[in-house]
Amino acid sequence: MSKFAKKKDGEVPAVSTASLPDIVFMLLFFFMTVTVMKDSSLKVENVLPNASEVKKLEKKDRVIYIYVGKPTKEYEKTFGTEPKIQLNDKFSSPSEVGDYILMERAKKPQELQNVLTTALKVDKNANMGIISDIKQELRKVNALKVNYTTYEGDAFNNLQ
Amino acid sequence: MARRAGAPEVSAGSMADIAFLLLIFFLVTTTIETDAGLDRMLPPMEPPTEEPPIIKQKNIFTVNINRNGQLLVEDEILSINDLRAKAIEFLDNGGAPSGSPDYCSYCKGKRNPESSDNPTKAIISLKNDRETKYSTYITVQNELVGAYNDLRNREAKRLYGTDYVAMEAEYLNPETTDDKKEELKEKVTRIQGLFPQKLSEAETSTE
Repeated sequence: MSKFAKKKDGEVPAVSTASLPDIVFMLLFFFMTVTVMKDSSLKVENVLPNASEVKKLEKKDRVIYIYVGKPTKEYEKTFGTEPKIQLNDKFSSPSEVGDYILMERAKKPQELQNVLTTALKVDKNANMGIISDIKQELRKVNALKVNYTTYEGDAFNNLQ
Repeated sequence: MARRAGAPEVSAGSMADIAFLLLIFFLVTTTIETDAGLDRMLPPMEPPTEEPPIIKQKNIFTVNINRNGQLLVEDEILSINDLRAKAIEFLDNGGAPSGSPDYCSYCKGKRNPESSDNPTKAIISLKNDRETKYSTYITVQNELVGAYNDLRNREAKRLYGTDYVAMEAEYLNPETTDDKKEELKEKVTRIQGLFPQKLSEAETSTE
């Protein structure tokens, strides 16, 4: 009994930090659940144009991304300065787009395969030629729903 | 001061440090923002045997973008700033005479018989050069989609007292309940039926 009665010194007890891990874990789980890992590092310049009539791309699992733009500084030597297509982590030619879409589509669950959107993240300085090639390829594999990803803003800012 | 019996307690003091480390890692890698952009449908590959439907010239609104980003709209040079107004004028024209099957009861346009008969017949045809800059193209697309949205907003205000764009955003939002969605779906499709988005993109000219 005397074992328990001993703790009476009269000093102010230190603030207990025992619940600190709990609080931190709570925050940790919050961020773990909302995190979307960046799946590929960008090898192209990607400054998107502005548009005002935008719709949000909900449900990330239904989106296939295609990046287009000028290769960044470190790849300029090998790939030149003309706008290129980036699929996943590598530069590709327009003819590879169709295969890529089919491959990505096969990876998705069956019920989502018909509702996929292709998000085109295109640098604003790219030319329409490469976009037209991509669009043709998308039509060939019947991936007709596209989203030209933009920043929200005044579209006339693009013209300067 | 005798040692307590049993296994010694594991110190939990460093637990917070470990958790913090993980927390900071996820904080850094998190991207919460969602992407937004212009939604478009590409035309399906047409079967080669099928005859293209015959469309009256007056129901087509042609927009040509050249390599320098200049616009040729209905064979006239037009500034991009005026495109939206011009597109609205075309879509909302309702040129068919009253009594004919194509008569448009909700149009507020000039009813010019030389322009489109009915918004459901009106087609915007967009053509661009391979050298056209993507940003110009997006601006033009934005203005054309904006023209449709303006008209749809007008009709939604008249019929339901709300904005079409807001209604559609709520309809597409995954957090909206199913009951609400069902109700919105009817309204959204009705408005879409009044001003269907018929935006045809011709294949790019090569020269």
